[in-house]
Amino acid sequence: MAADDDGPDTAGGASGGGDGDLLRAPLVIEYPFNRTTGPVVGAFVTALRNRTVLGIRAADGRVVCPPVEYDPQTGAPLHELVEVSDTGTITSWSWVDRIREGQPVQSPHALALIRLDGADTAMLHVVDAPGPEAVSTGARVRIRWADEPTGAITDIACFELDGGAS
Amino acid sequence: MRDVAIVSVAQGEHRRAAGELNEVEMVEPILREALDGVGVTIADIDFTCSGSSDYLAGQAFSFVMTLDAVGAWPPIVESHVEMDGAWALYEAWLKIQTGAADTAFVYSYSKASPGDLPRVMSRMLDPYYVGPLWPDSIAYAGLQARAMLDAGITSERRMAEVAYRNRESARSNPNAQVVGSPSVDELLAAPMLSDPLRLHDCPPISDGGVAVVLAAGDRARDLVERPAWIRGIDHRIDSHQIGARDLTSAPSVALAAQHAGVDGAFDVAEVHAPFTHQEQLVLDGLGLADGVDVNPSGGALAANPMMAAGLIRLGEVANRIMDGSAGRGVAHATAGHLLQQNLVCVLEGGE
Repeated sequence: MAADDDGPDTAGGASGGGDGDLLRAPLVIEYPFNRTTGPVVGAFVTALRNRTVLGIRAADGRVVCPPVEYDPQTGAPLHELVEVSDTGTITSWSWVDRIREGQPVQSPHALALIRLDGADTAMLHVVDAPGPEAVSTGARVRIRWADEPTGAITDIACFELDGGAS
Repeated sequence: MRDVAIVSVAQGEHRRAAGELNEVEMVEPILREALDGVGVTIADIDFTCSGSSDYLAGQAFSFVMTLDAVGAWPPIVESHVEMDGAWALYEAWLKIQTGAADTAFVYSYSKASPGDLPRVMSRMLDPYYVGPLWPDSIAYAGLQARAMLDAGITSERRMAEVAYRNRESARSNPNAQVVGSPSVDELLAAPMLSDPLRLHDCPPISDGGVAVVLAAGDRARDLVERPAWIRGIDHRIDSHQIGARDLTSAPSVALAAQHAGVDGAFDVAEVHAPFTHQEQLVLDGLGLADGVDVNPSGGALAANPMMAAGLIRLGEVANRIMDGSAGRGVAHATAGHLLQQNLVCVLEGGE
């Protein structure tokens, strides 16, 4: 791990005692591996880069979104990717007051399960809303796209409440 | 099947932060107490299995250091699961079933206090669809609570009643961290922590551990007067994709209970439900008859050391069988978020 420049006092690594000489090292939580995303997850994140959302048709005809590689009921491989809408309905939600590093909206917001129109299952994301009183199960939401997509779930910057229709 | 029993249980006094102790120092007295309890040393143990998490310890292969507290010289036969210790016990039970061991030592622990636990727990989620959103474990659990509230199968009051009962039960548990509770009305007057969850709906963050000795057949009878025999044990898992699950039930609890031989008739049940709304889902899945004493220890709402709180449930039931206060009990452990994976164990006294 690269050390920060601590200046000449500690540049030699020697510690002479005293509070100013406490040794400190950052602890970074990370998963430092590269992975291939495969034909299903890869198609999904590639589509996000083009501002479209894909689901996948399960054996029973339902559309699972985000798409999975294997049928949730039978375990059979799935192949038929289906485009779904960028609007949807909140199926459950909770309110996040304490914001943590990395979360897509850096102000109080809702964590939500959202069933996109054209899908039969819900995806997890966040809803940028003014307060918990503005959010409800059944509320309509719309994707707000990131300015610069990179092919990741965060290409959906967040969801926003859709015009009060509910 | 070989008859296998829990013959000794030890756990530390769980607390918010074991600040001055490292993991080895924290678990050593617990391990020693479990072995001393039946007068054995590690040399008498055929197989050792532990449960812990590198993400909580903050370094890779962290469990290897904790073996210093076990004493691994001369070499011992040893394994580890990155899971709650209840699954380490399952592995040890399997090892004894194969005939490769007659005794086993199982322990698990965590020191979660140095990190931001609700944030660290987001690292066990799907790395493509969910992990990059960094959902904290409390808001994540809130999605399940909301689904149950919307469906009308629980209420904020019923959830507060679960918190009250568990934390009042913890008064008789010397190891508990959260002991005693304000009234249900007072609990409901508190502000939301992460709507729809209040602070009392959430487990405490705990440092601590637990250790258990298993023995087969006559070896168990030699060690204790009343072994707590494992009559059934099974574990099952539901989809990690919570948007494709019905969050108002826990099918894997019911499936594990069916395969473990749960039939409703128990003196005591210890269930691992970290959040108040989850206790009802577990009890529904187990299908217990009325009159079962549920969580006399206070459960995970009174102390929730990650990786240990599930095995502690098995230990609490086993202790009540070994001391004669219960004849038959069921213990449940969960792993992952929103009751994703569940283990059920039936324990009883007798020959």
